[in-house]
Amino acid sequence: MEIQSIPLGDWIEGGLTWLTTEYSVVTRAISRVTQTGIEGLNAGLMWLPVWGLLALVALLCWKAASPRLAIGAAAGMALIWNLGLWDPMIETLTLVVIATLVAVVIAIPVGILAALSNRLYRVIMPVLDFMQTMPAFVYLIPAIPFFGIGSVSAIFATVIFSMPPAIRFTTLGIRQVPVELIEAADAYGANRRQKLIKVQLPLSLPTVMAGINQTIMLALSMVVIAAMIGADGLGSEVWRAIQRLRPGDGFEAGIAVVILAMILDRLTQSLTKSRR
Amino acid sequence: MDETRNVKIQVKGVSKVFGKNPKSALELRDQGLKRPEILEKTGQTLGLSNISFDVYEGELLVIMGLSGSGKSTLIRCLNRLIDISDGDIIIDDEHIPSLSVKELLECRRRHFSMVFQNFALFPHKTVLQNAQFGLEIRGIAPAERDKTAREALTQVGLDGWEDAYPNQLSGGMQQRVGLARALANDASVLLMDEAFSALDPLIRKEMQEELLQLQSRMQKTTVFITHDLDEALNIGDRIVLLKDGEVVQIGTPEQILTQPADDYVRRFIEGVDRSRILTAESAMRPVRTTARNGDGPRTALHRMRENSVDSIYVTDRDRHLQGLLEAEEASRAVDAGADTISDYLTQDFRTVTRDEPLQNLFAMFSEKSFPIAVVDDEKRLLGVVVKGAVLDELARAGDQ
Ligand SMILES: Nc1ncnc2c1ncn2[C@@H]1O[C@H](COP(=O)(O)OP(=O)(O)OP(=O)(O)O)[C@@H](O)[C@H]1O
Ligand SMILES: [Mg+2]
Repeated sequence: MEIQSIPLGDWIEGGLTWLTTEYSVVTRAISRVTQTGIEGLNAGLMWLPVWGLLALVALLCWKAASPRLAIGAAAGMALIWNLGLWDPMIETLTLVVIATLVAVVIAIPVGILAALSNRLYRVIMPVLDFMQTMPAFVYLIPAIPFFGIGSVSAIFATVIFSMPPAIRFTTLGIRQVPVELIEAADAYGANRRQKLIKVQLPLSLPTVMAGINQTIMLALSMVVIAAMIGADGLGSEVWRAIQRLRPGDGFEAGIAVVILAMILDRLTQSLTKSRR
Repeated sequence: MDETRNVKIQVKGVSKVFGKNPKSALELRDQGLKRPEILEKTGQTLGLSNISFDVYEGELLVIMGLSGSGKSTLIRCLNRLIDISDGDIIIDDEHIPSLSVKELLECRRRHFSMVFQNFALFPHKTVLQNAQFGLEIRGIAPAERDKTAREALTQVGLDGWEDAYPNQLSGGMQQRVGLARALANDASVLLMDEAFSALDPLIRKEMQEELLQLQSRMQKTTVFITHDLDEALNIGDRIVLLKDGEVVQIGTPEQILTQPADDYVRRFIEGVDRSRILTAESAMRPVRTTARNGDGPRTALHRMRENSVDSIYVTDRDRHLQGLLEAEEASRAVDAGADTISDYLTQDFRTVTRDEPLQNLFAMFSEKSFPIAVVDDEKRLLGVVVKGAVLDELARAGDQ
């Protein structure tokens, strides 16, 4: 006898169709805002001359970290420019910045709530596990019916994919604040808001920053993959190289991604450490 | 203690059960079961059982007991960091258990400052910001809280450290910050949970002295927890002795030492009980100044002033004790134009011999608390004993 397979895929598809038709006004609005944001930031970064952005990044690295990082970053970016990958790099950076901003803006409040409410914590943690173990590509698929092919879909998928660590670390950071300090705040009559703002958030900041660092890294990796659904940037360089069977070009773009990743990683890490 | 003193906090029949079903535990308690049996039967800990006492306005009340006796639980019930299971706690006329969340915050801000054993300073705030914390929570304007916090830091001897972070300070200094945070807040009651226990003995002694000085200056109602008898005797106006969540005895240091309520207390003060072999001599101090019975009143007054005392023992040439002259009497003698002080002496003081047991001396300190005169068989003045010295001596004996 044949066992009927459960039409899980059909259900999900049906649900998605319903959502896209029912909420098309919303998705279109989100799409427009996001598109404007991407174009604006992209135009801004492109408007800067190459040496200008390079100097800016080097200065930031110097102030926040070390002269060594500043030199390394400048050299890396010069290499990217030399390889003719400057514009795709800017496009990738734009997507990473916007996706990270959206992810963090959602993740921190959610993380705070999950830290303060045990019930929410129990609901959210499995959801995060689910989000993180789901293969990254899968998020690309529902993005298309919502937002069509292109950068907005890429942002959508990236936000979902990169958000979990920011939520997790925010929750962890707040839960790790020593109970004695919470007790001290209570003893002096602090209400929930005061406790959060004056004690819990400042003390969890390093942990939150570590989460944001991870979110940025995940966002970068996802933005590259999102070339498959038409996102511009270094990812699409790689994608094109694959299609044309030109491994050399592919590696060049790959190296540019690595350089960008290292700069972003070191920079956010040192921002974490320089806070007390 | 003066009976007419105002009661600041009333603790009435307070019990605390750690567990989901306090009623069942309290019922067993009422049937006469003790903490271990209740734990075995219900899986719940009877943290406090039927505790009652008053805290007077301006007194320094010590809560003492061994580890696990419920001291921390009790002090946290006062400001409701822990909710009690039964009974009532009243500060002024607010019933703490029945306050709403908002009223509770208000009550904590107005009434309670707290100092913690492990300091509980905020590592991300400077010393000054830490000291300001209570004021910040109460929404005091920055300029004012800055000023108040600086004053508090001065009081605890931390000027110049305002901008340091707690991890840059030694333990003793950190606890001073904790104390400054509490003092700056100017709440009506100071709660101190083993505030000095984490400090090394020398610093600890120093902090005790400082607390006593602050206390005599400010007369702040203070509840101080310790498991250390030496500390309790040294600083307490009264002591509440806890055992397994129950009060065993409440009394002044003297009462605890001289009339221990039961074996538990007796064992607690066992070390100190060597006072039976301690005598007046061990606590005796040389007399700083005396007057002769032939002296004029002005001379006697001058000596008193020089030594900042308000009474002086009077002897004859051979140091035979003649009497005691109070400053007021001496002034009267001056006004009356008397040549000598011999007609103005009082005999209203106590004398002991040098081998009088120290323990008996407590009862002798009358309200005016003149130093007790120690004399030899021929009534020659050997020295004096002041109240503080007796406690010191006993406490030291307890240490050994
Ligand atoms: N949150 C809690 N849950 C369960 N039991 C508790 C809790 N807090 C305290 N207890 C128990 O209540 C009893 C009294 O504890 P408490 O901390 O008040 O003692 P303590 O006198 O302060 O001791 P120490 O000198 O060790 O600080 C102990 O048996 C302890 O195990
Ligand atoms: Mg304790």
